[in-house]
Amino acid sequence: MMRAETVPATPTRERPEAPVTRPGRIGESTTRADGVPKVTGEFEYSSDLSMDGMLWGATLRSPHPHANIWSVDTSEAEAMPGVFAVLTHEDVPGRKVYGMEIPDQPVLAWERIRYGGEPVAVVAADHPETARLALEKISVEYEVLDPLTDAQEAMKEDAPKLHLSGNVLRHVRIDHGNVAKASAEADVVVTGEYEVGMQDQAFLGPESGLAVPDGEGGVDLYISTQWLHVDRDQVAESLGLPPEMVRLTLSGVGGAFGGREDLSMQVHACLLALHTERPVKMVYNREESFYGHVHRHPAKMSYEHGATKSGELVYVKARFVLDGGAYASSSMAVCLNAATFACGPYKVPNAEVESYLAYTNNPPCGAMRGFGAVQACFGHESQMDKLAEALGMDPVELRVKNAIEPGDRFPFGQEVPPPAPVVEILERVKAMPMPEEKEVMGRDLRELPGGVSNTTHGEGVRRGVGYAVSFKNIGFSAGFDDYSTARVILSIEDGEPLVRVHTAAAEVGQGLVTLQAQIARTELGVERVAVLQADTRVGSAGSTSASRQSYVTGGAVKKACEAVRERLFERVREELGEDSGDLSVENGDVVSGGEVVLPLSEVLDEEIEETVEYRHKPTYPPDENGQGDVHVQFAFSAHRAVVEVDVELGLVRVVELATAQDVGKAMNPQALEGQIEGGVAQGLGLALLEEIQIKDGRIQNASFTDYLLPTTLDMPSVKMDILELADPEAPYGLKGVGEPPTISSTPAIVAALRDATGRELPRVPVKPEQIVGIAKKPPDAPPQPGSAGYAELGRLDERREQ
Amino acid sequence: MRLRLEVNGERREVDGVWEGESLLYVLRERLGLPGSKNACEQGECGSCSVYMDGILVCSCLVLAGQAEGREVVTVEGIAGGDELHPVQEAFVEAGAVQCGFCTPGFVVATHDLLRREPEPTDAEIREALAGNLCRCTGYEKILDAVRLAAQRTG
Ligand code: FES
Ligand code: FES
Repeated sequence: MMRAETVPATPTRERPEAPVTRPGRIGESTTRADGVPKVTGEFEYSSDLSMDGMLWGATLRSPHPHANIWSVDTSEAEAMPGVFAVLTHEDVPGRKVYGMEIPDQPVLAWERIRYGGEPVAVVAADHPETARLALEKISVEYEVLDPLTDAQEAMKEDAPKLHLSGNVLRHVRIDHGNVAKASAEADVVVTGEYEVGMQDQAFLGPESGLAVPDGEGGVDLYISTQWLHVDRDQVAESLGLPPEMVRLTLSGVGGAFGGREDLSMQVHACLLALHTERPVKMVYNREESFYGHVHRHPAKMSYEHGATKSGELVYVKARFVLDGGAYASSSMAVCLNAATFACGPYKVPNAEVESYLAYTNNPPCGAMRGFGAVQACFGHESQMDKLAEALGMDPVELRVKNAIEPGDRFPFGQEVPPPAPVVEILERVKAMPMPEEKEVMGRDLRELPGGVSNTTHGEGVRRGVGYAVSFKNIGFSAGFDDYSTARVILSIEDGEPLVRVHTAAAEVGQGLVTLQAQIARTELGVERVAVLQADTRVGSAGSTSASRQSYVTGGAVKKACEAVRERLFERVREELGEDSGDLSVENGDVVSGGEVVLPLSEVLDEEIEETVEYRHKPTYPPDENGQGDVHVQFAFSAHRAVVEVDVELGLVRVVELATAQDVGKAMNPQALEGQIEGGVAQGLGLALLEEIQIKDGRIQNASFTDYLLPTTLDMPSVKMDILELADPEAPYGLKGVGEPPTISSTPAIVAALRDATGRELPRVPVKPEQIVGIAKKPPDAPPQPGSAGYAELGRLDERREQ
Repeated sequence: MRLRLEVNGERREVDGVWEGESLLYVLRERLGLPGSKNACEQGECGSCSVYMDGILVCSCLVLAGQAEGREVVTVEGIAGGDELHPVQEAFVEAGAVQCGFCTPGFVVATHDLLRREPEPTDAEIREALAGNLCRCTGYEKILDAVRLAAQRTG
């Protein structure tokens, strides 16, 4: 550790002023308040921040997935000109570990490395390149250990323990009805083994932030995150500071999708800033980003479905093994979620579900859009198709026949609340017109699989259609105290009424800033609204995840507006008497019985401010049989995929995706459509392209060159049918919308591929070699020259490494 | 090293540039123009798109020294003055912006496309923008924005 010689005057950053926006109430397509600065390039993302005297932080990461650390020598790095601090775990003054559910992840590793890319030391220097060179000068003595990279292996008794508590992080069992008895009653039984690869959130804006010391031992952190308060608490713990000395302000966030729920560089930047007494900025590059956040859990799933001859489900048995990687992150909740969604939105009278989550030496996994339901949905929907085939039934008809309805019970014991339109969304998505099928031969190349690569002129191209349906819990579950805080101020500024809305809710691109303003306009009848920058000066809003912010922070803003309105009307009644009738506010005037009774400016000499907390109804953890009122709200969506496959080369063109989704209330229709389209694209990515490839615990494709994201050429148009069936318990009847589009789109695409090729395709992402039938799944070990099937089996990327 | 170039119509000069810096780094960190974004710094995502001597380039792949004496136009220079360019306007109106991290790149790439082809077909739009990644929108609203901008400028 070193300390800066000179202490510059305490730097401060100017707070950007919240833009005042005008039109748009709930239910109206409203353009984003931050749209203009985002198209001009002025919008300030966390990687854009800079300050005079600022230093650059960089992170030394372990190249080994499993190792003992014998020593770390930083002296050579410290001696480099331009280097201001080199810190290791010894310099972490407070709690040396962090984690949202279980604090098991070192801020900086000591003694043991548990995954490849784990942070060991951090550096602050006057240029990013100097910082990078300094990392090379830190010498770490590792004793390399064999990595434990298979979750099944890790769960064995004799496997080396990666944590003191053992390698099984969680086991959830759901026991419903009597499967042993029921299995004798089934006429038809289908079994299947399915696998989901490790998907990355791949948000475009890299992990980044700026930490600014306040000169009094505290720190301000400008950061892109999903949940300011949980970051604040964890940062303060590790810095050994009281929470009020650590202040967080949300900076521009370039997408999140779950990947910013855990800490990345937050503590590191603050440590460096406090040590150097200078502002410190850290920005990960794309490669580092793959090591810097958690991923979607890879899953291995075994299923058995039993049904009667006429297609009624009799029982479902499911066993999941989810790979949690090296640290807990939000794995406990993912494990429970996967279990509760294992059987799909169907009436299942008997069920036995086992969901295991294991520690390994793979990169840590945690939250990603869909959170356990994505993996489960690929499993149960693949099974439903298999069952339909065994029964000789239409796959949609089978789903409709078994669709769960309000008043039924899910296998985890909770009663299905209304609305639960599983039948309706399936029927609607099926009834949508099919895309035109042009003669394949002689088409424009851009309308064929392989496109302008000119791989086919239509020969070998087959079309397929597939369906899937899913459900997802909205909001935090299982007894979590899930709330949000909103502060609303109504005042007269420049002669006109203005509402200011202040929450700590993270806008990550989904459009919450716009939604908050729409709610304020609707509730307070005022056109001008400013949504203030989210920060920790107001109470927690909870996380921007689990599709919960419209519901929970939306609910808080609504409730705060109602409280402000109540105080306003009290003033009006004081002025005009108790019998002033039913009051409302329209266009900046107080109205009673259709008549303007007072302009707002006459009652707002003094502004009105209210801060409220809003909670949804309580939930409960499941009992030992996995039974309980675990979730708050359920959102349902169905997808249909139409694909064309070059069955000789395994190339795919997704012709069209169609979806029907119940959203309760379309708060901002244009933004809603955009969120659905974006979610579907991520589902397409998982079906066909996206996987973090890991070999011996090491990521093989940590770049956008090798980790493939859907482009404009991969992603078709999405037809959609949006249902607005109000949830009587939710604000405005709305349902969360962010996650459902990502869940059933993947199995719908794979079902369409199976329809086109007749192959089993038990694993996503589906690779060309599986489509053409060379391999059911990628080989466990890379093929060696001379080994059987090498020529056919070798994936290009693996061959290149030989 | 010292670097002289023209950026958004203004002559700029920067000292102390390290030879390994990219044009993107110089724009963002030395010239106060962080509009061009840094999502991959590998030429894969297009979020750093700028014009160099009128040609669309990924500024992350251009070494600072290669920009010596060139004319660079960034997203900050697309609009003339305070008014938004029709492409920018269309992106806001069509709902093509979510997190917005890809937006500057798409705005510059769309500007370039419409300059070359004022009335592009859907297939042409998809092809022209295939080098720009967006993780939030699924591209549909971006295509809407391009169509809208084409209609207004064509
Ligand atoms: S940052 Fe230049 S192409 Fe991605
Ligand atoms: S809007 Fe977020 S990456 Fe495009």
